[in-house]
Amino acid sequence: MPETISPTGSFTPDVFAQHLAAQTGLPDWWLDAKRTAWAQFQASPLPTIRDEAWRFSTRSGIKLDGYAPASASASAQLPAHASDLPCAARLVFSNNALAQRTALAADLAARGVIVEPLRDALVKHGDLVRRYLNQQHTNLGADKFRALHTALAHDGVFIYVPAGVEVPTPIAVVHQVTGAGATVFPHTLVVAEANARATIAEFFTSAEADAVQLASGVNDLFAGPGAQLNYIAAQAWSSQTLAFQHNAITADRDARILALNVHLGGRQARHESHSRLIGPGAHSEMLALTVAQGTQEFDHRTLQTHQAPHTSSNLLYKNALLDSARTIFSGLIVVEPDAQKTDAYQSNRNLMLSDTAEANSLPGLEIQANDVRCSHGATTSRIDPEQEFYLLARGIPKAQAAELLLFGFFEKVLGQIPHEGLYQTIRTLIQTKLKK
Amino acid sequence: MKPPSEPEATPAAPAPVNPLAGLDQSVSDFSYDVKYDYDAGTGLTPATIDYISSVKKEAAWIREFRHHALKVFESKPLPTHWATKDLETLDFSKIRYYLSQGAQKPKRTWEEVPDDIKRTFERLGVPEHERKFLAGVDAQFDSESAYSSIKEVVAKQGVIFMNSTEALREHPDLFRKWFGKVIPTSDNKFSALNSAVFSGGSFIYVPPGVKVAHPLQAYFRINAENFGQFERTLIIVDEGAELTYMEGCTAPKFSTSTLHSAVVELVAMKDAKIQYITVQNWAPNVYNLVTKRGLAHENAEIKWIDCNIGSHLTMKYPGVVLKGRKARGEVVSIALANDGQHQDTGAKMIHLADETTSTIISKSISVGQGRSTYRGVVRIPKHLKGCKNNTECDALLINTNSRTDTYPAITVQGQTHAAQHEASVSKVSEEMIFYMQQRGLTEAQAMSLAVNGFVNDLVRQFPMEYSVELKRLIDLEMEGSVG
Repeated sequence: MPETISPTGSFTPDVFAQHLAAQTGLPDWWLDAKRTAWAQFQASPLPTIRDEAWRFSTRSGIKLDGYAPASASASAQLPAHASDLPCAARLVFSNNALAQRTALAADLAARGVIVEPLRDALVKHGDLVRRYLNQQHTNLGADKFRALHTALAHDGVFIYVPAGVEVPTPIAVVHQVTGAGATVFPHTLVVAEANARATIAEFFTSAEADAVQLASGVNDLFAGPGAQLNYIAAQAWSSQTLAFQHNAITADRDARILALNVHLGGRQARHESHSRLIGPGAHSEMLALTVAQGTQEFDHRTLQTHQAPHTSSNLLYKNALLDSARTIFSGLIVVEPDAQKTDAYQSNRNLMLSDTAEANSLPGLEIQANDVRCSHGATTSRIDPEQEFYLLARGIPKAQAAELLLFGFFEKVLGQIPHEGLYQTIRTLIQTKLKK
Repeated sequence: MKPPSEPEATPAAPAPVNPLAGLDQSVSDFSYDVKYDYDAGTGLTPATIDYISSVKKEAAWIREFRHHALKVFESKPLPTHWATKDLETLDFSKIRYYLSQGAQKPKRTWEEVPDDIKRTFERLGVPEHERKFLAGVDAQFDSESAYSSIKEVVAKQGVIFMNSTEALREHPDLFRKWFGKVIPTSDNKFSALNSAVFSGGSFIYVPPGVKVAHPLQAYFRINAENFGQFERTLIIVDEGAELTYMEGCTAPKFSTSTLHSAVVELVAMKDAKIQYITVQNWAPNVYNLVTKRGLAHENAEIKWIDCNIGSHLTMKYPGVVLKGRKARGEVVSIALANDGQHQDTGAKMIHLADETTSTIISKSISVGQGRSTYRGVVRIPKHLKGCKNNTECDALLINTNSRTDTYPAITVQGQTHAAQHEASVSKVSEEMIFYMQQRGLTEAQAMSLAVNGFVNDLVRQFPMEYSVELKRLIDLEMEGSVG
C-alpha cells in the first residue's frame, strides 16, 4: 500500500503566516498574490502516476518533508567563479536575503537601466514590476512548486533595460543556500524593451556539498520588439537538493532570446522552460548542458509555443550521463493555427558514459498549421570508440581523452556563450564537477 | 522527387479494384439485413459472457478466462490521461458484443455459405482472389468466420490456418500455450475487453522450416449497426519458418458508432520470420482500438506493415518484444487522416536481449481537418549489450487546418546501445506543385502525385495489388482537398 505523503510537508500554515507577517512595507497586490499562490499550493496534489507531465520522473523523490522553510540568512562565502567574473552589476543572495551588491555603473543607471533587488523594485517601480511579475507561467506540470515559490519568495532581482539601451557586460546574479534543510526561492525577472540588449548570468550554488536542501526558483524573460537577451545560468546545488526551476520566455516581434542552462547539481532537479513567440520574426534559442553523476536525476520539460507567423525557435539539450544517473527530456513544439511559416527545431542528445545510466527522451510535436518547417531529433549513444582510440594512440591518458571528447560534445552549446569570461567560468564549473 | 513521366496520375480508366483489400468505401459501403441466429444483445454483463461461451460450447477454462477479463476491463479506467477524450463518447452499454448465424463450423466450400453472406463477399471479391493467388482466405462476418479454406499445398506442409474459435476446439494445447502470453489480459482496457468477448480471428501455425510461399489472408467486415467486433488472432511460426499474413477491414457507414477492438498476438520462434500486413479502411464512424504485439525469439524477425486510412478514431501501436539474441523488429506505418478522423498510430519496441535491433518508419498525411498522431515507445534496459533502434516519423500536412502530433518516448540504459529518433513535419512544396502544373497537370493531380511520392517508398513494401489500391485510395481521399 502506498504510504500517505503529506502534499505540503514542512510547509505548514504557520510557516506561511510567519512569512507573510515579515512582508512589511510591500504593496498589497504582492501580498494578495502570495495568498492566492499559497491556497493553490495547499490545494494541489503531489504528482501522481497518471500525470503525463511527470512521466518517467521518480515521484517518490518528491516529498516536502524535512525542510526548514524559514532558513536563517547567513553571510555568504562566495564561490570564486561568482566573484571573479567581470560584470556590469552583481547581486548576491544567501538563503534568500541580499548579502552583497555591486551597483550598476552610473552611466547605465542614468540611461534608465534598473538592476534592483525585487523588494526595492516593488516599492520604487511597483507598477512596472507588476506588469511583468508572475504574468507568464510555464504550464508544464510543476505548478504546485511554482505556487510554493510565489507564496514564500522573499526577494529576487528585477532587471529592466529601457528601449535602445545596450548593457555591454553581463549582469551577474548569485544565489547561495547554506545549512541543513535550508530552502531557497530565487526569483529573477528580466525585461528588455524595444531594441535593448543585455546578458544576464545567474549562478545557483550551495555552501555544502551534500546538505539536504530545497530550491524552487523562477526566471522569467521578456523581450520587446527587436530586443536581444542572453540568459546564461549554471546550477550547482548540493548533491542532496530537490530543485525546481520555472522559466518562461516571451519574445515579441523580431526579438531574439538565448537561454542557456548548465545543470550540474541536485539530487533530483526539474527544469521547466516555456518559450512563447508572440510576434513575427521572434526567435528563441533554448540550450542546455547537463552532467549527470551518481544517482542524480535531471528532469527537463520544455515547450516551444509559436503563436505568431514567421517565428523560429531552436532547442538543443545535451546530456552527459555517468554512473547511475537518470535524465528525462520531454519537449514539445506547439504550432498554433495562425503561426504559418514557423521554423522550429528541437534536439536532445544523450552521451552515455556508463552501463547503468538511463536516458529518457520524449521529443514531441503538435502542429496545427501546414506551412511550417518543424523537426526534432533525439539520439542516445556512447563515445565513438574510434575517436577515443585516436586520442589514446597519441599518448593522451584515457580520462583526459574522455574529458576532451565530452567537451567536444558540449562545444556546440558552450560556443554560444556570448562573453569570453563567462565561457571560461562555465567551463571551469563543468570541469570541477567532472573531477568529483 | 521524380517528375511525372507516367500517366499513372491522370485518373483516366478506373484502376483495377482489389476489393478484398476492402479499400474502396464505395464498394464496401453496403449492408445486408441478415437474420442472426445468435445475438448476445446490447450491453456487457457476466451473462453476456456466459451466453457467448455457451453458444460456442467452450471449455471451462475459456469461460473462466473471459469472466476474469471482464473484471479487469471494468476495473481499468479509460486511458484519457494520455489518449484523446474522444474515447469518452464510446457507450459500452449500447454495443452488441456477439452476433452470428450459427457459424459454428466455417463452411469449407463456397457453395455452402448462406446466400446473403455470399452476396456480401461476392461484392468484395473474395472468391476471385482465392482462385488467383491466395493461399487461403478466412473471411469474418461480424463475430464468426463465414467461410474459410486453405490451399491444399499449404495444408500438406502442415500449416494450420483456421479461425480461432475452431482452433480452440481442435488444437487446444497449441493455442493455450501462447494465448494471452504476448498480450496479457491486463495489458490495457481494450485488450481486457477483447479477452472477455473475443470471437473469431485467425489462428495460424507454421511448422519448423516451412516457408509459406504465398501470403495467407483474412478479411474482416462489420455488417451490423452498433456492433463491436472483437477478433482474436494468434500466429505461431516455428523455428526457421516464414509467413506473410495480410488482413483487410471494412464496414458500412452506420449512423451510430461501431467498435472494433482486436487482439493480435504473433510468436516467431528461433530464426522465424513473420510479416503482418494490415490495410484498415473501416467506415468513418468506427472506433478502431486494437492491440497488436509480436514476440521474437533468437534471430527471429517480425515486421508489421500497417496502413490506416479508415475509421473515426484508430488507436493502434503494433509492438515487438525482442526476446531472443539478435532478434529484429520493424514497423512500417502509413496513416491518412481526413475530415473527422484521428489516426493515433505508432509502434512499441521492447528490447529484452543483446544485439537486438528495431526500426520504425512512420509516414502520415493529414488532409482537411484530419489529425494524425505518432506515439511510440522504445525501451532498452541496462543489462543488455549492443541494441539499436532507429525511428523516423514524417508528417505531411495538406491544408492550413490539418493537424499532426508526434509523441515518442525513448528510454536507453547503458552505454553500448544506440538509439536515434528523427521526425519532421512539412507541407507539399509549392515549387513541386508549380513544376508539375507547368507540365500540364491540374493542381489536384499534382497534389495527388506529390502525396503518392511522399509515401511511395513505403507503399512499395506492400504486395503489388495492395500498393496499386493504396495509391488509388490516396487519390480518392485527396479529391477536393485542394483549391
